[in-house]
Amino acid sequence: MAAATQDTAVSSGKITRVFIYLVLLLSALFYLLPFFVMVVNSLKPLDEITGGNMMALPQTWTIEPWLKAWSTAQIGVEATGLKPYFLNSILMVVPAVVISTGLGALNGYVLTKWRFRGDTILFGLLLFSCFIPFQIVLIPMATILGKIGLAGSIPGLVLVHVVYGVGFTTLYYRNYYASFPNELVRAAMIDGAGFFRIFWRIMLPVSGPITVVSVIWQFTNVWNDFLFGASFGGQTQPMTVALNNLVQSSTGVKEYNVHFAGAILAALPTLLVYIVAGRYFVRGLMAGSVKG
Amino acid sequence: MGFLDISNVTKSYGNIEVLHHVDIAVDEGEFLVLVGPSGCGKSTLLNMIAGLEDITSGGISIKGRVMNGVHPSKRNIAMVFQSYALYPNMTVGQNMTFGLEMHGVAKPERDKALADVAKLLQIEQLLDRKPGQLSGGQRQRVAMGRALVREPDVFLFDEPLSNLDAKLRVDMRTEIKKLHEKLKTTIVYVTHDQIEAMTLSTRIAVMNDGYVQQLGTPKEIYDTPSNLFVATFMGSPAMNILPAKVSMIEGVPHAEITNGAGQTASLRFSQANMADWAGKEVLLGIRPEALTDPEGADRKSRNIVTLQNAVDVIEPAGADTFVTTTLGDVAVIARMRADSDVASGQMFDFAVNMEKAVVFNPKTEKRIAP
Ligand SMILES: Nc1ncnc2c1ncn2[C@@H]1O[C@H](COP(=O)(O)OP(=O)(O)OP(=O)(O)O)[C@@H](O)[C@H]1O
Ligand SMILES: [Mg+2]
Repeated sequence: MAAATQDTAVSSGKITRVFIYLVLLLSALFYLLPFFVMVVNSLKPLDEITGGNMMALPQTWTIEPWLKAWSTAQIGVEATGLKPYFLNSILMVVPAVVISTGLGALNGYVLTKWRFRGDTILFGLLLFSCFIPFQIVLIPMATILGKIGLAGSIPGLVLVHVVYGVGFTTLYYRNYYASFPNELVRAAMIDGAGFFRIFWRIMLPVSGPITVVSVIWQFTNVWNDFLFGASFGGQTQPMTVALNNLVQSSTGVKEYNVHFAGAILAALPTLLVYIVAGRYFVRGLMAGSVKG
Repeated sequence: MGFLDISNVTKSYGNIEVLHHVDIAVDEGEFLVLVGPSGCGKSTLLNMIAGLEDITSGGISIKGRVMNGVHPSKRNIAMVFQSYALYPNMTVGQNMTFGLEMHGVAKPERDKALADVAKLLQIEQLLDRKPGQLSGGQRQRVAMGRALVREPDVFLFDEPLSNLDAKLRVDMRTEIKKLHEKLKTTIVYVTHDQIEAMTLSTRIAVMNDGYVQQLGTPKEIYDTPSNLFVATFMGSPAMNILPAKVSMIEGVPHAEITNGAGQTASLRFSQANMADWAGKEVLLGIRPEALTDPEGADRKSRNIVTLQNAVDVIEPAGADTFVTTTLGDVAVIARMRADSDVASGQMFDFAVNMEKAVVFNPKTEKRIAP
């Protein structure tokens, strides 16, 4: 009797397990399939795509579409490839991420360790900025950028992304620092460290996990942004806008293999960031939520 | 004017006053312990000395220099926190010299100070470790080391031993006491543990509800508590407080109490001024060790009164046996030798050392004798 029940328990456990693996496998396929299609087709000559099966492996392997997407493809009116736009994106994303993360850390530090009257209200307002839809600020932002002479430039884009990102980064750092013991700050004050010294020597060295979270978050958001790039980029458009121009260009035949290669190029940096720092990302999110 | 002078200091958070007119003058080399129940304002007072909290009114001065508004790092104090507050990203050595570095002391001197203190505290082998790799007791030592390297005028300790287990706490207590005897630096030490207060201090400030209830040497606090709060807070088990009536028998004041059987017993007072209270109600305070078996009673005392009463409960505690009995309608604890032959439920001769009795005014709760 006892043996029988245990038997059914084991077998039903097995069934559940198989079911779980099946679901996981399907989900993985669901996410990987588009990527597979993109990679495979970016390595084929165009006639293999138009004449054949999207799912098939290339018969003749070629990196020609990649080279073309990178340096010679027609983007809008000029045949520059994605290269200059990739550079634009880098020049935009690096300062935007560094500045917004730095400001967020500083804000979080002040909001938790140098409390002042009205600090919770200020934090609430900063949080509110996370929920304002992009579209609402387009016109006021354009006016301001025009007034301060940053319209259509990379510094202008950096400013927009910093302004938009600082709410999120502040939220991350504030919650992280909230669980950081105040006694440490007091000890450092007695030891004679000032405002910035405490931040630099005591707080930042233990902020690794949350910095990873903030950097990944900001990097993917800024890199993948299209709306601000298209609206305020002017002549210095980021990768996303260029990719759109590449795919949308109406002249001649649609070079799907080049489009696929371009799309992967555009996604590559965020992919890399995830692969390199993804583990810390999860860890950092946990650290903030569990302790805070 | 003391070395550390706290004069008429008040602290308010918004409209709520949490410390009321505190006056304490600490001499150089003293070990002052602030003791009191949770929330009485000990940490607040300590933080005000450290400069971590503003002083609402009154003044604090160290070495004659007024400290109101002076930054914590410029007061030449060092503090040991309850959580130790060691910087997690720095090694033990870096932790200990961080303060010197911030004060612009050159590297060779820092290293020398570090080596001296590490030797003193026997933590030389730990200097390259991170705080996360230390045991609680080691962290405690490092935290003290960090305070010591600065050679401050005043050490401030906020419940430094409360995170340690019972045995280690006793060891570290002894060590702190030794350290103080060696260095003779002025110390202000916060604790809610009255045994720590008694053993460590040269003087104790017993606090409650934001008031200093009594300031005195451990002996003064223990033998002549100024009010009921101090009497019952200091000492373990607590002082027995029983209602009594003062009556004159042959011209000598006696305390009349009811024993367990409901009869009246008279205990002769040693304190002559009790005659003023003839016919009035008082509260009689008797420490457990002043209520013992006749063989264990203090031989030097000239006023031992024997009193027969029923034993309620016996609690052997190794060195002593605690006996509960009922006097004056309250449960009273007596402390007896471990091998005294008490048995629960039986009548027993209790010896009351009336020389040690403390008498309180039942209305004001202040001490009236001795
Ligand atoms: N920032 C604050 N705002 C308002 N009230 C406070 C603040 N800090 C402390 N208090 C109040 O001041 C009183 C004294 O607090 P304090 O921390 O000095 O107590 P304590 O004696 O150190 O107690 P414990 O033994 O629990 O540490 C408490 O009643 C507390 O509620
Ligand atoms: Mg406290």
